Amino acid sequence: MSIGQSLPGTGALASALGGFRRAYGLVGSVILTLLGLLVITFVIARVVPIDPVLAVVGDRATPELYERTRLELGLDRPLYVQFYLYLRQVLSGDLGNSVLTSRPVIEDVARFFPATLELATAATLLGVVVGVPMGVLAAVRRGSWLDHLVRVVGLAGYSIPVFWLGLVGLLLFYAELGWVEGPGRLSVGYEDIVDPVTGVILLDAALAGEWDVFRDAFAHLILPASVLGYFSLAYISRMTRSFMLDQLSQEYVTTARVKGVSEARIIWRHAFRNITVPLVTVIALSYAHLLEGSVLTETVFAWPGLGAYITSSLLNVDMNAVLGGTLVVGLAFVGVNLLSDLLYRVLDPRAR
Amino acid sequence: MTAAANRPAGLRAWLREEAPSSRLQANLVQLYAGWRALRRNPLAMIGLAIILVLLAVAALAPWIAPFDPLHQDLANRLTPPGGAHPLGTDDLGRDILSRILHGARITLTIVVLVAVAVAPLGLAIGCLAGYFGGWVDSVLMRITDVFMAFPRLILALAFVAALGPGIENAVLAIAITNWPPYARIARAETLTIRRSDFIAAARLQGASSLGIIWGHVVPLTISSVIVRVTLDMAGIILIAAGLGFLGLGAQPPSPEWGAMIAGGRKYILDQWWVATMPGIAICVVSLGFNLLGDGLRDVLDPKQR
Repeated sequence: MSIGQSLPGTGALASALGGFRRAYGLVGSVILTLLGLLVITFVIARVVPIDPVLAVVGDRATPELYERTRLELGLDRPLYVQFYLYLRQVLSGDLGNSVLTSRPVIEDVARFFPATLELATAATLLGVVVGVPMGVLAAVRRGSWLDHLVRVVGLAGYSIPVFWLGLVGLLLFYAELGWVEGPGRLSVGYEDIVDPVTGVILLDAALAGEWDVFRDAFAHLILPASVLGYFSLAYISRMTRSFMLDQLSQEYVTTARVKGVSEARIIWRHAFRNITVPLVTVIALSYAHLLEGSVLTETVFAWPGLGAYITSSLLNVDMNAVLGGTLVVGLAFVGVNLLSDLLYRVLDPRAR
Repeated sequence: MTAAANRPAGLRAWLREEAPSSRLQANLVQLYAGWRALRRNPLAMIGLAIILVLLAVAALAPWIAPFDPLHQDLANRLTPPGGAHPLGTDDLGRDILSRILHGARITLTIVVLVAVAVAPLGLAIGCLAGYFGGWVDSVLMRITDVFMAFPRLILALAFVAALGPGIENAVLAIAITNWPPYARIARAETLTIRRSDFIAAARLQGASSLGIIWGHVVPLTISSVIVRVTLDMAGIILIAAGLGFLGLGAQPPSPEWGAMIAGGRKYILDQWWVATMPGIAICVVSLGFNLLGDGLRDVLDPKQR
């Protein structure tokens, strides 16, 4: 046996795993990841110091009722049986009931998720629309004020707490300057005018032709989206700059210059085209992180999204809601990453 | 250090020796060269200065803070910055400057505890996976991937929810969700050295696998992991502050910066300083770690931009 290669008798398993990975590739790894997510939420549910039986029957229950509920909840079964039951339950779309709202968690999640999606999407759009050109120009004019700006924006993006930036933003742009609307998604007078078709108020308002509602929703969205988008902008512009610098130092750029190709064409048609593939990955990653980063932002702006739902359930020890929400955010996270993987395969001919 | 102490006059020369005569000298020469490279980077030096100030403040908080951080003075609640209270007072009349100075201790404690918890966990998993390879590697790295695939803040939130709020549990939750990158690094380092001749020699002498990992692999991988932990300090501070802000980290009346921002949130529109001041402290300290981290990365890995 060569040194450090493998333990004896495990070659078959290792090659089976390798084969599995090759054969099922992405699908297999996604399924394993999702299974891992379920294991983690299951374990978290089991380490909660709260007795799950007491949570159902209350602490005045008779010992008989307690025992019966314990059996009904399947808590006398071995852990792996309990996990199987949990798995079956989740796969059938049952995440339990929320103690706080006394509705099924899955319904709550469906109601709150569009708000998070709206916020994260708007923030990513801002990050891409501003961040990509900024990064490209910073790389082209290396050492200029724009280049330094990208560096400062990036550093600040890694140093400022998002919830604090949100509070300062509210103070400045809402209280002092009055440029935007305050916390929440809509002002009081505009609520319940538009039917929630998609749950994304901007879309719903546009579909219904209620432009006043649209304007109000936009005025509410712009500040939280900018705060969240700032972090996406910081990351995207920094990565774009670094990718572009890499391309601009390549020989084909020199060749193009020698041939007399215009600088704009070199930058946008030659170099930029080559960075689109890694850029898609970066944008997807940033989008996935915004879904998560929205937890703190939503709390600051009283934005009724999934993040606010998870934190308010947390503080009330509503574990079904917390785990259901965690599961859905985790799913979205994995989903976005999968999407970026697939896009990578489609866009980059070498990966096919 | 004895060799250096014997020749105080030639300490610099000794530290720049091109042919070091002992292992200690070789290490110190390398360290000194790194330090000189770092010293040329003004931003990194600013970062270092910020961190040194943080350390000094944390050590001396009881002596330099003008007030007791927990002392309530309801007659002087929500006084604006200036006069006896340079940064104003909060809703219970506590001096914000004193609370921020004492809060430095909590921030530092959290960062150190997370680092102490996360580095060994990542090292152990990474070194085991890298050294044994095969199915051990497959299983451990799959677990690592699973943890990496999830949003860390949400996972930390769920863990704190399960364990109950408080600093210890916040530290535990951050550690549980932050080890995967270190495992990756340790594994990559281990892969590059596991086929070295000196490992083969140790093995032929009958050393056990765990003995080799502990005695030879870990000492060689630990420095990369430590550097990476230093680079991640700002991120740890931000997550800890976020947990504190949500009421899941340090509990009142503890002057943790994130919790202080949460406490000042209701007053943000009229008494802006209550929530703003602790936030500035978080920004400055994270910026310090980021600046130093960037400088360190440039010194240690010139390939990266």
